[in-house]
Amino acid sequence: MAIYPLKEAKQPPLGERGAIAWVRHNLLSSPFNIFFTLLGIAVLAMIIPPFVKWAITDANFVGHTKADCTGDGACWVFVHEKLKMFVYGFYPEAELWRAKLTIAIAIGTLFVLKFARPRWIKIGTIILLPIAAIILLRGGFMGLPLVETSKWGGLLLTLVISTVGIVLSFPIGVLLALGRQSRLPIIKTLSVFYIELVRGVPLITVLFMASVILPLFFPEGINFDKLIRALIGITFFEAAYIAENIRGGLQAIPKGQYEAADALGLGYWQKMRLVILPQAVKVAIPNLVGTFISLFKDTSLVMIIGLFDLLAMVQLTANDRDWLGMETEGYVFVAFVFWIFTFSMSFFSKRLEKHLDTNNRD
Amino acid sequence: MKRLLKLSAVAALAVTTLSMAGTLDDVKKAGVLKCGVNTGLPGFSEADSKGAWRGLDVDYCRALAAAVLGDASKVKYTPLNAKERFTALQSGEIDVLSRNTTNTETRDTTLGINFAGVMYYDGQGFMVPKSLGIKSAKELDGATVCIQAGTTTELNLADYFRSNKMKFKAITFDTNDQVDKAFLAGRCDILTTDQSGLYAARTKFKNPEKFVILPEIISKEPLAPAVRQGDDQWFNIAKWTRNALLTAEEKGITSTNADEMKKSNDPETKRLLGAEGTMGKNLGLDADAFYRAIKQVGNYGEIFERNVGANTPLKISRGLNALWNKGGMQYSPPFR
Amino acid sequence: MLTLLRNEKVRGILYQILVITGFLIVAYFIAINTAHNIEVRGIKSGFDFLHATAGFDITESPIPFSPQSTHWDVFKVGLLNTLIVSFAGIILSSILGLIIGVSRLSKNWIINRLAAGYIETFRNIPVLLQILFWYNVVLATLPATRKSLNFFDSIFINNRGIFIPNPIFEPGAWLIGVALVAALIGGWWIHRWAFKRHEETGENFPAIWAGLGLVIVLPLLAYLIMGGPVHFDYPALKGFNFQGGKVFTPEFLALLFALSIYTATFIAEAIRSGIEAVPKGQKEAATALGLTPIQSLRFVILPQAVRIAIPSIINQYLNLTKNSSLAAAIGYPELVTIFAGTSLNQTGQALEILGITMLTYLIISLVVSLILNWFNAKMKIKER
Repeated sequence: MAIYPLKEAKQPPLGERGAIAWVRHNLLSSPFNIFFTLLGIAVLAMIIPPFVKWAITDANFVGHTKADCTGDGACWVFVHEKLKMFVYGFYPEAELWRAKLTIAIAIGTLFVLKFARPRWIKIGTIILLPIAAIILLRGGFMGLPLVETSKWGGLLLTLVISTVGIVLSFPIGVLLALGRQSRLPIIKTLSVFYIELVRGVPLITVLFMASVILPLFFPEGINFDKLIRALIGITFFEAAYIAENIRGGLQAIPKGQYEAADALGLGYWQKMRLVILPQAVKVAIPNLVGTFISLFKDTSLVMIIGLFDLLAMVQLTANDRDWLGMETEGYVFVAFVFWIFTFSMSFFSKRLEKHLDTNNRD
Repeated sequence: MKRLLKLSAVAALAVTTLSMAGTLDDVKKAGVLKCGVNTGLPGFSEADSKGAWRGLDVDYCRALAAAVLGDASKVKYTPLNAKERFTALQSGEIDVLSRNTTNTETRDTTLGINFAGVMYYDGQGFMVPKSLGIKSAKELDGATVCIQAGTTTELNLADYFRSNKMKFKAITFDTNDQVDKAFLAGRCDILTTDQSGLYAARTKFKNPEKFVILPEIISKEPLAPAVRQGDDQWFNIAKWTRNALLTAEEKGITSTNADEMKKSNDPETKRLLGAEGTMGKNLGLDADAFYRAIKQVGNYGEIFERNVGANTPLKISRGLNALWNKGGMQYSPPFR
Repeated sequence: MLTLLRNEKVRGILYQILVITGFLIVAYFIAINTAHNIEVRGIKSGFDFLHATAGFDITESPIPFSPQSTHWDVFKVGLLNTLIVSFAGIILSSILGLIIGVSRLSKNWIINRLAAGYIETFRNIPVLLQILFWYNVVLATLPATRKSLNFFDSIFINNRGIFIPNPIFEPGAWLIGVALVAALIGGWWIHRWAFKRHEETGENFPAIWAGLGLVIVLPLLAYLIMGGPVHFDYPALKGFNFQGGKVFTPEFLALLFALSIYTATFIAEAIRSGIEAVPKGQKEAATALGLTPIQSLRFVILPQAVRIAIPSIINQYLNLTKNSSLAAAIGYPELVTIFAGTSLNQTGQALEILGITMLTYLIISLVVSLILNWFNAKMKIKER
């Protein structure tokens, strides 16, 4: 009987392994594919080298005036010189520490949210954060000089508007979603009416309304600051979108969960708070983060009603006689800042989704 | 949230009944004058990089604050665009609107506001690039015009071209800055606004010598501060503060000599400065209210020269805004 | 009494009474305050202003407009311009979104990454910023009027816009329109006939090509028969500007490009997730049936993918329409810019004007939701 010794498995041919195989399969598998690869390379060649040339190799980084920008590329000197205005707006120099402290507190909050144990601490921090931030930024007590909100600006204002908007609109959105799913006809009708009304109009008309008409709704003598009015507008606007996200989550909860909660003898609010909402919010998280991201981007609209957020600040400084024609650098900078924030938000949401994914899949 | 709304609504009813309290009391109680200004118009109201406000319109607010509160720095400035300005005043967000606003019949009668005397007599003009070689506004047929939305300028323009049987294309923007930017970018051939605004815009240009302002003035634009209708006392204060600034110039009272002038022999000067009579008291202010305004802010002439006069980048001559006895139109009723 | 409160039904009614009272009280006070404020402050109210002369001019208007027109005309022009830019944006963003979405699924690594890069970049930047960028940076660098880019003396590009020849229809041109309509009906009929024949005999007929041919040939014939009743009005430099022809202004183009590029990212994602949501087994089954890849895409994958993707795509169309209101930042004369902007400024009647504006958008989105509901009902998988 012949004995056949076990042969070593041969490696696949050179063309079928490693980088070459990858290139062959992913880039050059057919004439069509080759064509697209070349097309892609051509597009990249059209975009990347000129941009790198403009933004880095030919750019000007040092100096203090426009005259220092002698190269052909971007004049980052502009961004550098105006950075303080981009970040803090007209916030008085002497009080800047308050703005910095606020930002530090906000970052600290993120850690509290990550590590704090009982849920009430987390919820409490989230509610306290915007209140504390606004009180600290505004001042006007205990020796802290008053800083009018008209002096807030730049990235600081963008962050204030988006954080406050998110924190305030969330509970309203949850109530609206519950209202829409409610069996009580009047509550349901009102919720549906409100949600559809708000979702049917552009944010800018809501902001116009907040800035121009809202004062008419209140008696003389009562009036809010422009920033507060914008916040009211944004909060009530976003609440409708959050309500729809939560509703999506609520609809995904199997009927059995409701019945089980009922069987346990839980009342409506107990049932919602302990059983339904935690699951619904979890399901809704990807969409909620999507809504938060668009809220964050939408804060730039306050420019149109005359608040000086980051984008408005760039528009303003680019009109400075000494820096005319610097829009490009300013816009690219703003785009970069927004991109960092929104991209990390969506990255964070993907992580959170995985983290919370406790469902038993069938 | 709902409960909160309800509460505020109840509070609203309570306040409605006592709503018509006077602006003067409100301002005194708040200790600060809320003043609506332009978001940015060199010479009239402009914030420097530290957020401090300057300009002719701003100085009016400072004078008013000095008269009412005794301190010209106690002003809270609210920058407003053309769209927001009237609502801001109507709603009480601001106490006085000092924002290069033209006094017109429609505005006076339908917006619930009162104009408190003209701070600056203006008229609408045109600016064109020198390279076009245009000498007169009559040559502008077919031109594209950059213009700020929601202003009297927009309406005057249509009227002017129509009455001269010319055609134009208007490109409108929300703020001065956008208008100027579009003009510089060549989006339009002509920039039109109040002539003072043209001078102001030109100071911001990199090459101001490349632009000419055409001689034609196509409209009357009396720029006046405004207050809410229905509060006569406050209206009077606003009116007579402006008058005090003019009379001070007429009588030669300046921020530097106001103290000495109190001892002047001229009875009207004495009345104005509160050394005699009850001028301030009649308005519900301190006797030396106008003295403080003049002392801290200066008379009309000083304000004019400081902000828009020959030594400023705007280089505007007094023209119509000279005093009535110097060939202009600025005229104050007597302090008697 | 307490037991009564424990009854769920009773409590439900009580809750509702509470809420409706609260709502009515709030509504009442807002109404009272507004009425009071308007009266006390002497603000004009009512809708008379709609018939008053506007007094200002509008740069681009699809219908005749002059400063003597009324504010109601301003509303109409604004609405039409909103619809025009939205319609153009919907078409452009769909094309772009389809290309990007399919590229995103490409097996080619470079194309795939390029598409992903496009989506991640443009989706994460505020659309207002993109509008301003196009307007103040890209389009502002175009040459001045006298130095226009000239293409064959008929298309001119400068910083006042893109000027193209405008077709002028003479009296005989009606036949071309008739021919076009006839061709469209004919094409639809051929398609139905081909489908039926395919069902019955299994034979294929190139219905698309036949239809396309019809649409081209019939109007061309009509054009020749009537002796060429269409000629073009070419733009030409006269005085300050190019006169004649059709112009796309920088405001329109900036808005169109920014909105399309931004919305395309969402459409691409919708298309991608639609295709990805079709179970793999479907494709395998199609292959097992002997369908070619293109056939399987056309008859198996796409019909299912579309059902999933269309609702969110339509929502994006609606978002695009709503986002067109951001034109206020660059002055394209759509509804918010001229009606809720200029007219509001000139009349001061904020309440009425914003009310009309919001109602208009609301009606547009209600109509779109109705279409969507109809579509969803029609597309629902019919289980038997």
